[in-house]
Amino acid sequence: MSTPFYVSPQQAMADRAEYARKGIARGRSLVVLQYADGIVFVGENPSRALHKFSEIYDRIGFAAAGKYNEYENLRIGGVRYADLRGYTYDRDDVTARGLANVYAQTLGTIFSSAGEKPYEVELVVAEVGATPDGDQIYRLPHDGSIVDEHGSVAVGGNAEQISSYLDQRHQDGMTLAEALKLAVQALSRDTNGTQREIPAERLEVAVLDRTRPQSRKFKRIVGPQLSRLLAVGGAESEAESAEEEGSGEE
Amino acid sequence: MEANTRSTGRLPAAFLTPGSSSFMDFLSEHQPEMLPGNRQLPRTQGVIEAPHGTTIVGVTFPGGVVLAGDRRATMGNVIAQRDIEKVFPADEYSAVGIAGTAGLAVEMVKLFQLELEHFEKVEGAQLSLEGKANRLSTMIRSNLGMAMQGLAVVPLFAGFDVDRGKGRIFSYDVTGGRSEEHNFAATGSGSVFARGAMKKLFHDALTEEQATTLVVQALYDAADDDSATGGPDVARRIYPIVTVITESGFRRLTEEESSEIARAILARRLEQPDGPRAALL
Repeated sequence: MSTPFYVSPQQAMADRAEYARKGIARGRSLVVLQYADGIVFVGENPSRALHKFSEIYDRIGFAAAGKYNEYENLRIGGVRYADLRGYTYDRDDVTARGLANVYAQTLGTIFSSAGEKPYEVELVVAEVGATPDGDQIYRLPHDGSIVDEHGSVAVGGNAEQISSYLDQRHQDGMTLAEALKLAVQALSRDTNGTQREIPAERLEVAVLDRTRPQSRKFKRIVGPQLSRLLAVGGAESEAESAEEEGSGEE
Repeated sequence: MEANTRSTGRLPAAFLTPGSSSFMDFLSEHQPEMLPGNRQLPRTQGVIEAPHGTTIVGVTFPGGVVLAGDRRATMGNVIAQRDIEKVFPADEYSAVGIAGTAGLAVEMVKLFQLELEHFEKVEGAQLSLEGKANRLSTMIRSNLGMAMQGLAVVPLFAGFDVDRGKGRIFSYDVTGGRSEEHNFAATGSGSVFARGAMKKLFHDALTEEQATTLVVQALYDAADDDSATGGPDVARRIYPIVTVITESGFRRLTEEESSEIARAILARRLEQPDGPRAALL
């Protein structure tokens, strides 16, 4: 006769959380930053077709780190939720807060139900407002908790280190090129503090741009526009580092 | 089970089930009662009185297509609305103009816009123009029951075909039958008169400005002979809605631009009431 092992609820949850965190950590991190005209999503992604960022609704964007099939599933669920809500009521009634709550409930139920394996994903839901004060960014870890973020947020395996790097350097009212430069710098720092180069073709960049005349504010930044922005940010960073070097020698 | 999942605030299973990229397909599985085509109408005597939209015209030109509509909605012999909008962007590269029962048509456009947007978001790519036109066909077909009771919707669909690099127009009948129209097309009660006007004015090398003028001329002629079509209302500053779709996407002429065209035409018509003359031979 076999007796099932007793596992305390604390232990069971800790095990599930560790399982999910390990899964998320296998992928690359990504960052979401506020800038003067909106919110920018930056991540390292060698694939051109499998996106980490996407449009959910007019002003709402989605970013995810972790297991692709799981977050893709959640993304489509979110698009369906938003489109159905907008169709039933009005386009203005679709909000990032509502969507974040639904995701939190979904992730939370999956995380704590014994029959399902926890999702190995961490999400960001962001909504661009008419002014920077109206911007909303929510981070949703694997367990269904929900964190209201400001300025900058990083998710994925290396998120804590990147977040603290961003927290120290992010300022309100940055231009897109500045924000992009900061994001790339943050992403290209390895755990041991060394810098590595991320070429433009491995970067996935998208924005929610409040200045877009269309009601749909989400836009991918690709090709020449991305290179141009990186060049602007790069030139500034060279100038800055030259200054720093100069001051160091004195 | 269903009620249970909804009450937890969690996304219902249907939302997370991999499946079609179509919003209508999702709706028909998840909440079929929300689809306009699934509505049951009680048996009624005679025709239901509801505002009707009237005339929509479209014309192609090298590099794009123009779609325009008058602003009148009628209910029997009464003008129901003087400033109704009957031409809408369907997405970035296409537009739809609607004639027929206004309430149903506007709802159909809303669902059509959503259908295209939903596909684009889920798939990460736009439908082909042909695909969009077929999708609209399906929607009209689902309205057939109501069309038989006098609540028909007959749209005109125009778009810029990115793959072929040219503007195209599709017309529909109440059964959802679609046909591609070459050069120009019209639908609605004033369409016969508008088509006559366009036939005389159209040529292959129209510029965008000429094409926008042409459609307003055609609408003027439609209003001239069809009481359900409204002409430019200078006193109330209500002018036709004119939209242009080119490689750079959908653009609706501002009120200023369309009033300028309408006023120029009006001024000429004061001298020549029947409009520009075509050569006899």
